[in-house]
Amino acid sequence: MAWAARASPLPKPPGLHLRRYLTRWRTDPFWAVRYLFADMAEFFGEALVCVRGERQVFAGVEFRLASGGALILAGPNGAGKSSLLRLMAGLAPAAGGVIVWDRTPIADDPDAHRARLHYVGHLDAVKPTLTVAENVAYAAELRGAPAARPLLAQALSRFGLEALADLPARYLSQGQRRRTALARLLAAPGELWLLDEPTLALDAAAHDALAAALATHRRDGGMVVAATHAPIALADAATLDLGARR
Amino acid sequence: MSAFLALLRRDLRLALRSPGDSATVLLFFVLAIVLFPFGVGPEPQMLARIAAGVVWVTALLASLLALERLFQLDAEDGALDLIVLAPAPLEFLVLAKILAHWLTTGLPLVIVAPLLALMLQLAPEGYGVLAISLALGTPSLSLIGAIGAALTLGARRGTVLLPLLILPLYIPVLIFGAAAVDAATNGLSARPHLLLLAAILAAALALAPWTIAASLRQAVQ
Repeated sequence: MAWAARASPLPKPPGLHLRRYLTRWRTDPFWAVRYLFADMAEFFGEALVCVRGERQVFAGVEFRLASGGALILAGPNGAGKSSLLRLMAGLAPAAGGVIVWDRTPIADDPDAHRARLHYVGHLDAVKPTLTVAENVAYAAELRGAPAARPLLAQALSRFGLEALADLPARYLSQGQRRRTALARLLAAPGELWLLDEPTLALDAAAHDALAAALATHRRDGGMVVAATHAPIALADAATLDLGARR
Repeated sequence: MSAFLALLRRDLRLALRSPGDSATVLLFFVLAIVLFPFGVGPEPQMLARIAAGVVWVTALLASLLALERLFQLDAEDGALDLIVLAPAPLEFLVLAKILAHWLTTGLPLVIVAPLLALMLQLAPEGYGVLAISLALGTPSLSLIGAIGAALTLGARRGTVLLPLLILPLYIPVLIFGAAAVDAATNGLSARPHLLLLAAILAAALALAPWTIAASLRQAVQ
């Protein structure tokens, strides 16, 4: 029965979600009812499987985030933290399972998903010949936000980069490059922040700036997913330990 | 549109601030053509006969030089992830990258080609047609080449694979480009050849962005 096997959480009567309902009713009998009447933005993934180069990185991973929520991805190297972030970003398709934003699987509407997310990968994507301000402004324009000067200046000053704004990025230290990458988060709107090792090479001041930016973002109803080894200042964040699953 | 312009502006800026890539292409083009009279001898008839072909073959080889780095630098520093994740359609953004690539590597060839043709004793009727044929042909080379660059992204032997992959696709452009100039210098109409070049450009413009976007999405997985 194709309609039952397809793990699609479109708003149908609960009975149609037979398979999902049957696997969930034990722990959460009213899940389908809650699901139908939920009105918050919700981002969740179910039964996710990730395969990289014929090796299964993880399977059966679940996560759930509501507006203002935060999720920390933990686990040893190679546990699939970055891979899960890339699945969440829609950069790679999941080998199994489904990732859903507001009842629509992200694979069904990739354009809308890309418009709402900010992805800071473990690479900084900072061009050495462009100045710091140009690097940040370009990223904002690429996301369709005209690089308004006040917003850009604010984004730079939040991460202590205003003095470096006109410096070509090749003169930056590693921590300063990381701050440039993070300043992009503030230069263009985005509801969902996907951060891969955001605190890498950051000093204490930049740590605090990041924590403040994350808190503001969550207070405004944004969501944060961060893959990290270092302790990161995210109040009451859920933790998904990918290493413990294996 | 703002994303298209942002990417175009960024790539032009990058090319202007590290002009090495564009300079390599132009320098190769000029030097290779300058060497031909030494190799085949200075007789004007001989040079005039081969001028169109030499300019076109050299332009084609020169355009290969900068192709490999078209997406590679962005893939290496993570900028490609941001481009793929931009809300604008990737097919459209890819065109911005190719336009910037053509403006910095193709357009200089179109501009200096008539000067080099002068050195090769090309008949006077040929100059205009040579410039037009290159102006129509080099964007096709950039578009087709970008397919190869996107497909070989991340491949270990990309440098070898890329020419093998795209040179067969370059051949129609070369044939009609050189034939247009030959026709003009022999007193025939270059129009059919130029129209065919324009047709190739139109087809490449319509089909290449889809292919490139699909291979880039594969490459970032």
